[in-house]
Amino acid sequence: MTRLTFARIFLALCIVFFPDCRGGRSQTDLTLAGSTSIQPFADKWAEVFMKKHPGLGVNVQGGGSSTGIQACKSGACQIGMSSRELKGDEKDLFEIVVARDGLAIIVHPANPVRGAKLAEVKQIFSGDLRSWKYLGGPDRPITVVTREEGSGTRGAFQELVMGKTRIFRGAITEDSNGTVREIVAQDPYAVGFISLGLVNEQVRSLDLDSAAGNEENIRNGRYKLVRPFLFVSLGEPTGLAKEFVDFVLSAEGQALVKKEGLLPIK
Amino acid sequence: MAEKMKGRGKNKLERNDRLVRLALLVVAFSAVSILLVITVFIIEQGTPIMFKYGLKSFLAGGDWYPSEKVFGLWPMIVGSLYVTLGAMVLGVPFGLACAIVLTEFSSKRVRRVIKPVVELLAGIPSVVYGFMGVVILVPFIRETLGGPGLSVLAASIILGIMILPTIISISVDSLQAVPPSYREGSIALGATKWQTVKMVLLPAARSGIVASIILGMGRAIGETMAVIMIAGNAASVPRSVLDPVRTLTSNIALEMGYAAGEHRQALFATGVILFFIIMVLNTVANVTASRMKGTKR
Repeated sequence: MTRLTFARIFLALCIVFFPDCRGGRSQTDLTLAGSTSIQPFADKWAEVFMKKHPGLGVNVQGGGSSTGIQACKSGACQIGMSSRELKGDEKDLFEIVVARDGLAIIVHPANPVRGAKLAEVKQIFSGDLRSWKYLGGPDRPITVVTREEGSGTRGAFQELVMGKTRIFRGAITEDSNGTVREIVAQDPYAVGFISLGLVNEQVRSLDLDSAAGNEENIRNGRYKLVRPFLFVSLGEPTGLAKEFVDFVLSAEGQALVKKEGLLPIK
Repeated sequence: MAEKMKGRGKNKLERNDRLVRLALLVVAFSAVSILLVITVFIIEQGTPIMFKYGLKSFLAGGDWYPSEKVFGLWPMIVGSLYVTLGAMVLGVPFGLACAIVLTEFSSKRVRRVIKPVVELLAGIPSVVYGFMGVVILVPFIRETLGGPGLSVLAASIILGIMILPTIISISVDSLQAVPPSYREGSIALGATKWQTVKMVLLPAARSGIVASIILGMGRAIGETMAVIMIAGNAASVPRSVLDPVRTLTSNIALEMGYAAGEHRQALFATGVILFFIIMVLNTVANVTASRMKGTKR
């Protein structure tokens, strides 16, 4: 009898003090899904947001830009994350630019080539320019590394650099920023593109049209490869989703972005 | 009264028996129905798009640009065949040689150590093979032979190693199944051990060996993770063994995460073609395996 009473009291205390006890270990009040490029940053936002609002659960899922947009349309998540512009019938969705990201053209650190014109980058990826000697490097074939079809990073690169021209089909194809970086870091004659925030000491980013990829050059418009990171939703966000978006756009949210290597919206 | 009890007990036993039989039948059919569900689902998802864009352009088209609604699977079909063929060329002679050594030219003690070790090879996860390939094999090929290293050759070598356990263990079994009288007869006729192997044992175990090769082939064509990591995945028909290549399986796994709409359906269509190829292989393997049973006494 006493044991039972104790158990009841304990349970009651649990319910009062640990709201998590009610709906399993952690409840989800807001779900974000989409671009794997945005995911790590969204995780950071969610972490800080949850610290400020104890008891709320924000769940961030990957899946890719297209998946995120679809999930948002179908109502499987409140906010979709897209690292490319919306196209076609996706434009019905409400979109908010939450950050901007530069694209870096990366090469092996030992590669003597320091920079290229945007037009030359286009020729490399279309397969018309096949040797480093045209860029002042050794007479060795260029190993072109691209992302797979459907990737937001590839979509942005296609739009910003290639335009209507196709990336040639002989290009090595990898399915994440990380593997592209890994392959370029191993192969002295490789070239690839990844998010500017993910460039590290393993690889070197090329200057484009003589502008290095840094914040200043992006701000004054001399570095051209910049893409928006979007949050999309069905109609204007309300309730918790709105609170989260407001937090992301606030000075604090944007400061987080900057700390992690992205560019704030303004 | 006692008899009545006994009768009831017997009835109960019979009922239990029937229940167990029914339960086992359900379990057995669940495997069949899972296969059925998968088949129906893949075909239902994958075939409409194939007919929408035309079977010919789907199978024989050389360009794969799903974002422009251009779906040509030819490079991937050829890629899968090249890589599988490469794995066969490297894996079959090695595997067969190993099986012959194990059954004919080694002591029982050596066999007892080597055979389990070979079978352990099958237990290594494919991602580990892929990782070894990326870290050791790919840089080696790039530095010694040129090209990007991520290539048909790298994928063939790794797959060749991965199919060894299948080929060796089934070949060993079928060589051991050859009746001892064949061996004895051949030796008695004055043949050397190698002549016996070449002219008596290999022909006698032929269908088992063929089945092992086809099963190895199935494993090679279905392998995904290791191939994605080391093949380079370029969606073009490779012109040399040093060029990157994309297989049907990697095409699905690579783009699955981001695909939506028709792109997604096209990946299912890739699955349909893969399914078809593997069904053909499996049927051939089953037919040869049953022929093997027929020759055994």
